[in-house]
Amino acid sequence: MLTDSSQAGTGPVNPNRNLDADAFTLRRRPPSEKLVDLGFRQLTLVLASAVAIVLLGIFLTVFQGAREAISSFGLSFLTTSSWDPVNEQYGAFIAIYGTLVTSILSLAIAIPLGVGTAIFITEDLIPSSLREAIGLMVELLAAIPSVVLGLWAIFVMEPAIRPALNLLHSLLGWTPFFNTVPQGPGMAPAILILVVMVLPIITAISRDALNQVPLELRQGAYGVGTTRWGAIFSVILPAAVSAIIGGVMLALGRAMGETMAVTMIIGNALNFDLSLLAPGNTIASMLANQFGEADGIQVSALMYAALILMLLTFAVNVAAQWLVRRLSLRY
Amino acid sequence: MANPSPITYDNTALFDRRPLHFDPGLRRNRLNLLFTSIAGIFAAIAVLPLVLVLFHVLMQGGRLISVSLFTQLPPPPGLEGGGIGNAILGTILVTLIASLIAIPVGVGGGIYLSEYSSRGWFAQFVSFGTDVLAGVPSIISGVFVYGIVVATRIFFDQSYSAMAGGIALSVLMLPTVIKTTDEGLKLVPQELRWGAYGVGASKFVTVMRITLPSAFTPIATGIVLSIARAAGETAPLIFTALFSPFWPEGVFNPIATMSVLIFNFAIMPYEAQNELAWAASFVLVMMILGANLLARWISRMAKV
Repeated sequence: MLTDSSQAGTGPVNPNRNLDADAFTLRRRPPSEKLVDLGFRQLTLVLASAVAIVLLGIFLTVFQGAREAISSFGLSFLTTSSWDPVNEQYGAFIAIYGTLVTSILSLAIAIPLGVGTAIFITEDLIPSSLREAIGLMVELLAAIPSVVLGLWAIFVMEPAIRPALNLLHSLLGWTPFFNTVPQGPGMAPAILILVVMVLPIITAISRDALNQVPLELRQGAYGVGTTRWGAIFSVILPAAVSAIIGGVMLALGRAMGETMAVTMIIGNALNFDLSLLAPGNTIASMLANQFGEADGIQVSALMYAALILMLLTFAVNVAAQWLVRRLSLRY
Repeated sequence: MANPSPITYDNTALFDRRPLHFDPGLRRNRLNLLFTSIAGIFAAIAVLPLVLVLFHVLMQGGRLISVSLFTQLPPPPGLEGGGIGNAILGTILVTLIASLIAIPVGVGGGIYLSEYSSRGWFAQFVSFGTDVLAGVPSIISGVFVYGIVVATRIFFDQSYSAMAGGIALSVLMLPTVIKTTDEGLKLVPQELRWGAYGVGASKFVTVMRITLPSAFTPIATGIVLSIARAAGETAPLIFTALFSPFWPEGVFNPIATMSVLIFNFAIMPYEAQNELAWAASFVLVMMILGANLLARWISRMAKV
């Protein structure tokens, strides 16, 4: 195949060859070469369509699997919280509530931490070697597998933070959100481990957004005599805000779908409890725990829950793509 | 109207003369220091989990490293000793299957996006699809492969298998590989392609011998990172590859992987199993950090 192209140019060169006009006529493309070109193009086209096919396949498979549950439970699946394989009654309210609460609360903690870290490593506050070291460490944190973080959360983090959670319970125990005694796995430790998992995404995207703010804009701000943080709050952050929000949305999608660490530490409750110190459940952890052993309509109910998770993350991700792609710095 | 007084150098009342030296006592400077310290504390908090996780994995897992860890099977629940040899082999096998599927498909798709599509509706749809697929939770890809491979038993009437696990992981690798290929190829200067066409190379030869090799570094970096990511994934494997306490019995049978072993053994109430989970974490984290450093090294080599 590769020799086709070189036929014209290589081969034994005759030094006495008369360089007449003949030697410079355009090379004819042999049919085999055209065939290879066309075939390769078609091949890559087919491979590129694989993404679309897989995506469509995921939707169709999950929807097909969920159909039985959709027709028997309808929309009340979203609002009822009984998960009863014996009587074949299923409702995903606990899991949907857990998914939303854990992901949103973890973002509320991770946003200031992540954006603060990004500012710290972009705004020239520290020597560049330290800056790079922190950036590298945050990237490596993203590479630690979820299941290892879950292991660490069970044996190290949860026992370590339990006194703090107990304190929270004794101070705020009168509110419905903290009225259970923390006893190991629960929503609160799950939220904390989610913070650890979404921090790298928020930090990385905020860092990129802040790095893209033009130097002139910073110089202009310093030129009128502001301090570094005056420039950050009134010029640099507003300029980068749409990209940062896009990154936060991506992190939200990740937090909703995060499975292993959450499954290992959330407690997988089957009863609804408003308290953050009590065990909870998320859609992803429910799938991880029950899918392998389910059969009959329970599989269908789990597929229904998977469909809900997919639609949720799909909506969040499309919004994120839109914001990141706009990336128009507003200044 | 009063006659405005002319501005002269001694008419100092018009100017609020600030001292030109840095005065740390000013409110703005104190606020500045305060915010800098807050950002520093936030950065320290962000780095803390990595330090703690690495510390515990190294301490708890590192002291269990021995030859038998790599050569023996895990013990039955409640018994001591044993190793994770089958899980190490299984992780390598499942990741290999995923790479064999995802790398050719992903690189081919990336070549189409960058070299052939004129950014028409199809290319836009594919790159949108790539972004959506990258955002699909990993457990959903497990549900998908369960639906099309495990439940339908398409492979010799086998349900759970290493093959199914590998396919599930390849779904997760695919968007990363396509994206890094596309972006890597876009960085190749157009002049290189023109040069190749100018000496009479066909499009296929140009892509294979000029464009792809010049984009080797970013593509290789992306592929190494996606393999590392796949090796650590658990959620798609727990109901596709399942688990097996024995040595791998071919690709069409359930297989043990390190990540599923960590999950299963972490929640068992036996000390020996918990320790094996830590040891497996150590091996897995070392492999993944090694792959990340390798990716860094590859991309650094190119910059020189």
